[in-house]
Amino acid sequence: MRTFTSHDILFLLQAARWTLALSLLAFVGGGLGGAILAVGRISRVRALRSLASLYIQVVQGTPLLIQLFIWYFGISLLGADLSPIVAAAIALTLYSSAFFAEIWRGAIQSIAKGQWESASSLGLTRFETLWYVILPQSLRPALPPTVGFMVQIVKNTSLAALVGFVELARAGQLVNNITFQPLPVFACVAVIYFAICFPLSALSRWLERRTHGHRQLVRGT
Amino acid sequence: MAIVNLSGVRKSYGALTVLRDVSLAVERGAVVALVGRSGSGKSTLLRCINGLEPIDGGEVVVDGRRVEQNEASLRQLRQEIGIVFQSYNLFPHLTVERNVTLALSLVKKMSAQEGRAVAEKVLSQVGLREKMAAYPEQLSGGQQQRVAIARSLAMQPKLMLFDEVTSALDPELKEEVLKVMEGLAREGMTMILVTHEMDFARRVADQVVFMHQGRIHEQGPPSRLFAEPETPEFRQFIASTLN
Repeated sequence: MRTFTSHDILFLLQAARWTLALSLLAFVGGGLGGAILAVGRISRVRALRSLASLYIQVVQGTPLLIQLFIWYFGISLLGADLSPIVAAAIALTLYSSAFFAEIWRGAIQSIAKGQWESASSLGLTRFETLWYVILPQSLRPALPPTVGFMVQIVKNTSLAALVGFVELARAGQLVNNITFQPLPVFACVAVIYFAICFPLSALSRWLERRTHGHRQLVRGT
Repeated sequence: MAIVNLSGVRKSYGALTVLRDVSLAVERGAVVALVGRSGSGKSTLLRCINGLEPIDGGEVVVDGRRVEQNEASLRQLRQEIGIVFQSYNLFPHLTVERNVTLALSLVKKMSAQEGRAVAEKVLSQVGLREKMAAYPEQLSGGQQQRVAIARSLAMQPKLMLFDEVTSALDPELKEEVLKVMEGLAREGMTMILVTHEMDFARRVADQVVFMHQGRIHEQGPPSRLFAEPETPEFRQFIASTLN
């Protein structure tokens, strides 16, 4: 046993890079998957709607931890050996895509029906209407819940510790096992998580103000 | 030849029948006012003409083409038909100019300069040239509705539909919108309007169509129709609008 030193903090920070990397993978993969699923959910093709909806319900209705175990332990039984980071990245991507899809579908459907009607009456296709009229207006209602969920993802990456992936939470455990000083160690871990999540929320507030610049201009007059 | 021809149009929402066997022909250059109580089916009828409401039976023919519910043919059709809504439905995230030019660039494939020139022309027509750079929410309701009219006119439609376009406006704002519509009528635009403005219908319309319980109950030129209503329902309706 030894004391908690700056070396340990450095070790935690290095592990935090994996937390960041895993989060980024989930943001990008989950974002892409979520966009596709959201479009599926509002599709005119009934089969696509049902398929997207089924996927979302299954993923949202089961714990992320179990999904992670299926990818890590379950898949290896089938012969394919996934490394902890690949299993974690896949599980987090599939998990986040379901939540992003529902957040964005809600934002899209919050836009008044009259916007669809006037755009299609001008001859715009469904895709043009979505891209030029509906999505730009959906950004603002989508932003707070999107960022809120991104913060959840960052914290949920800690589950990857349970398949042996050394990210921030697992690193904290390791340091604690050596130093046996849980309070400073885990406080330090928490501070690092906070340092990742807080800028996200701050960015969200800033973007929210920016996407509505012209509204403030009106209030100013 | 009539530009709009409805024959035997039927429409229901579940058990509720809103249009029962409606037939109507609108001549080129005519101004037709659809009047009637709320729930009489007049807005639904208007929305069937540009395919916003699919019909359950009968036929809608606009400019020689049957209105079908498939995206390609609707896109074609809607370039010929302008529609203005009660709630304006301007795009709030776009400037007035962009509201007008969006469909010009996407649908008519116009360049930015061509689009701008058209926007200047139609916005001048509704008296709002100086508002090109404004956002919809910086305008009054009457101004927003005039932008919505300009946005439709920019597509050079052969037919304009107006769905209770002054119903959401304060009395003093109604006039400016009605004046724009009257100007259009004078220039020979074919117009079908659902309206509660009886004075306007009397003065501007060539033909007034009174709808009652999903049917055309009475129709004819306003001079005759308002002077000698034939049915008790229309008589009662006229009386109720005078209040």
